[in-house]
Amino acid sequence: MNAHSTDIAGDPVTQKGEALLSVENVSLRFGGVKAITDVSFDIRKGEIRAIIGPNGAGKTSMLNCINGFYHPQDGRITYKGVRRTRVRPHQAAAAGIARTFQNVALFKGMSTLDNIMTGRTLKMRKGFFWQALRHGPAMAEEIEHRKVVEDIIDFLEIQHIRKLPVGKLPYGLQKRVELGRALAMEPELLLLDEPMAGMNLEEKEDMCRFILDMNNQFGTTIALIEHDIGVVMDLSDRVVVLEYGRKIADGTPGEVKTDQRVIDAYLGVAH
Amino acid sequence: MSDVAAQPAPNLLAKGWVKSGLIVAALVVAAIVGARLDPSGTIHAIFVDPFNQMAQAPDLLVQTIWEGLVSGVLYALIALGFVLIFKASGVFNFAQGIMVVFAALTLVGLYEKGVPAFIAVILTLGVMFVLAATIERVVLRPLVNQPDIILFMATFGITYFLIGFGESVFGGNPKQMITEQLFLPKGAIDLKMLGGIVSLQKIDIAAAIIASLMIAVLGLFFQYTRIGRALRAVADSHKAALSVGISLNQIWVIVWFTAGIVALITGIMWGARSDVSFALEIVALKALPVLILGGFTSIPGAIVGGLIIGIGEKLGEFYWGPLIGGGIESWLAYFIALGFLLFRPQGLFGDKIIERI
Amino acid sequence: MFYREAGQYKTNYAADMAVFPLRQDRIGIAVILLIAFVGVPLAGNDFFLSSVMIPFLVFSLAAIGLNILTGYTGLISLGTAAFMGVGAYSCYKLTTFFPGVNIIVLILLSGLFSAAIGVVFGLPSLRIKGFYLAVATLAAQFFLQWAFVRVPWLFNYNASGAIEVPQRTLFGLPVTGAAATPETRYFVCLGLVVMLTWLASNLVHGRLGRSWMAVRDMDIAAELMGIKLLNAKLIAFAVSSYFAGVAGAMMIFLWYGGGEANDVFTIRLSFNILFMVILGGLGSLIGSFMGAAFIASLPTIMKFGLPALGVPLSGATAEHVTFMLVGALIIIFLIVEPHGLARLWQIGKQKLRTWPFPY
Repeated sequence: MNAHSTDIAGDPVTQKGEALLSVENVSLRFGGVKAITDVSFDIRKGEIRAIIGPNGAGKTSMLNCINGFYHPQDGRITYKGVRRTRVRPHQAAAAGIARTFQNVALFKGMSTLDNIMTGRTLKMRKGFFWQALRHGPAMAEEIEHRKVVEDIIDFLEIQHIRKLPVGKLPYGLQKRVELGRALAMEPELLLLDEPMAGMNLEEKEDMCRFILDMNNQFGTTIALIEHDIGVVMDLSDRVVVLEYGRKIADGTPGEVKTDQRVIDAYLGVAH
Repeated sequence: MSDVAAQPAPNLLAKGWVKSGLIVAALVVAAIVGARLDPSGTIHAIFVDPFNQMAQAPDLLVQTIWEGLVSGVLYALIALGFVLIFKASGVFNFAQGIMVVFAALTLVGLYEKGVPAFIAVILTLGVMFVLAATIERVVLRPLVNQPDIILFMATFGITYFLIGFGESVFGGNPKQMITEQLFLPKGAIDLKMLGGIVSLQKIDIAAAIIASLMIAVLGLFFQYTRIGRALRAVADSHKAALSVGISLNQIWVIVWFTAGIVALITGIMWGARSDVSFALEIVALKALPVLILGGFTSIPGAIVGGLIIGIGEKLGEFYWGPLIGGGIESWLAYFIALGFLLFRPQGLFGDKIIERI
Repeated sequence: MFYREAGQYKTNYAADMAVFPLRQDRIGIAVILLIAFVGVPLAGNDFFLSSVMIPFLVFSLAAIGLNILTGYTGLISLGTAAFMGVGAYSCYKLTTFFPGVNIIVLILLSGLFSAAIGVVFGLPSLRIKGFYLAVATLAAQFFLQWAFVRVPWLFNYNASGAIEVPQRTLFGLPVTGAAATPETRYFVCLGLVVMLTWLASNLVHGRLGRSWMAVRDMDIAAELMGIKLLNAKLIAFAVSSYFAGVAGAMMIFLWYGGGEANDVFTIRLSFNILFMVILGGLGSLIGSFMGAAFIASLPTIMKFGLPALGVPLSGATAEHVTFMLVGALIIIFLIVEPHGLARLWQIGKQKLRTWPFPY
């Protein structure tokens, strides 16, 4: 447990720990298209950091840079005090960065259980030989990780769909399974790309509860992209606002809410 | 929301050890091959001697290139059928090679039954249309929106069905193409050049001309007709095309029929050079490396790819083949294509593959 | 009525993770094994054993191999026959170099050569996907097929150009060569297939199998889970080729038994095995057996079954009709049940579970 207060909206920023990840002057171009231009911000240990902005602002690209799917042309990303150069996605995963996707990216042919077990891949060590026998150490390892996965299933309240193939689940449940899969990696930094898109109010409330609980119980640092401003204001400790690939505001929800440029970006500017 | 598409970070060849693995593999192959040769003259035999031969007998070189060009045209024609169908329906039509054989067999078979040659051509076109309509109705329509791989496998089914059907109706024996009856030229033109004689088969010249004409006609058809426009729209996006009132089913029949016409012409040309039989099936698979070179969606790519593969494999077989026992034509095309793939995974003319998430 | 899970409570994870969690399924498997090991050799004659059962077992193993690659990892391959050939020729060379070593050990070892070659030809899968990869595997098919004919060292410079299977014994019984009885060869095949199937089942139910399926379903997400795509794909190629290689060695040494083995590892065979996997069910081990049984028995049924029923059918026509039938069945299956015979089997079991009171 860290010292996260339940008074979320007004939580003073200074209480959070040192920076877990910092992004400095990052720029990303695809041919002539500038997706991100000179963006800097940091994510502190234990906080919930929201990234918001209008469509096409470069939010997902930013997450893609953080977990190594894209490589920015300029700027630097420092994670746990180490500057990264051309990190590959699986290396980012090994370093403790997990991720969910805007369009659910589950393994559709596999059951809920197997999907979440996939999240444990990096924690499993037994080699090919033992796996081929599926007895002794390999079985013991499977069972040990199955227990962890069952805890996650309990936490997310998805016991009833444990053995169903995820491809046929309703959207809200799929999002939940995806969260569980990311959680199974026991990440230090969890990137959530629109975890509540397309959900109804009730599902959103559930999802908010899970995110807060994760942050509280496991101390997971969370970076979150979300369009529902109400959710963002309630959940996050600090908010960074992007527009057309540039950062236009950064601060507590309260500060961001009153920033003139943010209001302009969302409501348009009167000319 | 989603951001601008980008090329993905992974460039696996950038990894040193992957590259070195490939090089080691190549060396192992070279070593195995080399061990069978005279150990002293290996390097010379591979890197010097063939070029010497080319310089000493330029007429043979020209002859070899011409042979390559001609088979390249035929590969390109099969690849063209693939590209048409892939563009319009997203189906990787494995059966295109068999459609070539089937069309040629139908033509010859009808002629043998006593139908006059040109009526047989028209009837064959009719058969190809029925085939296109049947495939659309029986295979494509029920499988719409299935993953590409399922449709790909369905074309295996079409392939096998057509083999069985063709053999049941026309028998499994090789047949002679009716070249004379279709007024296709016979014999050869001998050109004196470069201190020797280069012999060009007239049918090959005719094939090259007909192929060029057909490609030109197809190009005009796509560019300037209403159906052509609809086809291009479907190629860009099925859903968008549907939403503006283009009938997908109709377009599919037209495209498969067009591919059938291409198949018939290819079959006539091919049959004129050798027998008409299902042995062509294996040769027709060579259109696949052509597609890799040219990209699945590019008609110029199919043509250029076909010529590269055709010329490359003939030169390879003639000058390097004897070094390792000959017969390398059966696989050289695939290796040429693989070599290209490692550097341009999208093919010569294909669009850059963009992955987004 | 008899087939249901009521009353079977699982009290630990090991029981819940079993491949056959239902008691009835376990009994079923035991019965099948009993029939295979006792019933078939007792009831079947030599023709049945050597022309039906042994081919079925060999094809099943090859189909399992391809299913690991195509069904579980989503990499389509048209070169299975070539990898089978590598196994067969490796086994031949091994028997030449190590005449004293037990033939079964050599058959199992020859798969390793096939696995190595499979990895080499799997390397392009790093950069290319889908249809492009299918074409790359054709390179393997045609190159290796060429090598089997043109590199005389592989067949010990025999005049026939084919593998000449030497006689080898196990516990004094001849296993390979002309003197081996169909019963012995059948038992060896069955033992190998059962053991390798068990290993395959263990692999696909463990971490590796999950990685393969993750790569198949969504490779980008799999990589972000920490799965190294390269490793997962290459291991799939290696394991798949190993199974194909062992199947190839079994095919020549335990089925063909020498002679007439020239030019069997053709692209036709590759296609046939792919069809077994499609019809049986992508991503299902049981389906591999069903698909193999179906495709392998179809020509025999056509050739011997229909005339026996009074349908006159010449050999050539039978072959053509088989082609048409296979083609049509593939299309029908893809339309009606893309998951193949294995899914039909599951649906059947589901029905059985509620029988006789479905509501």
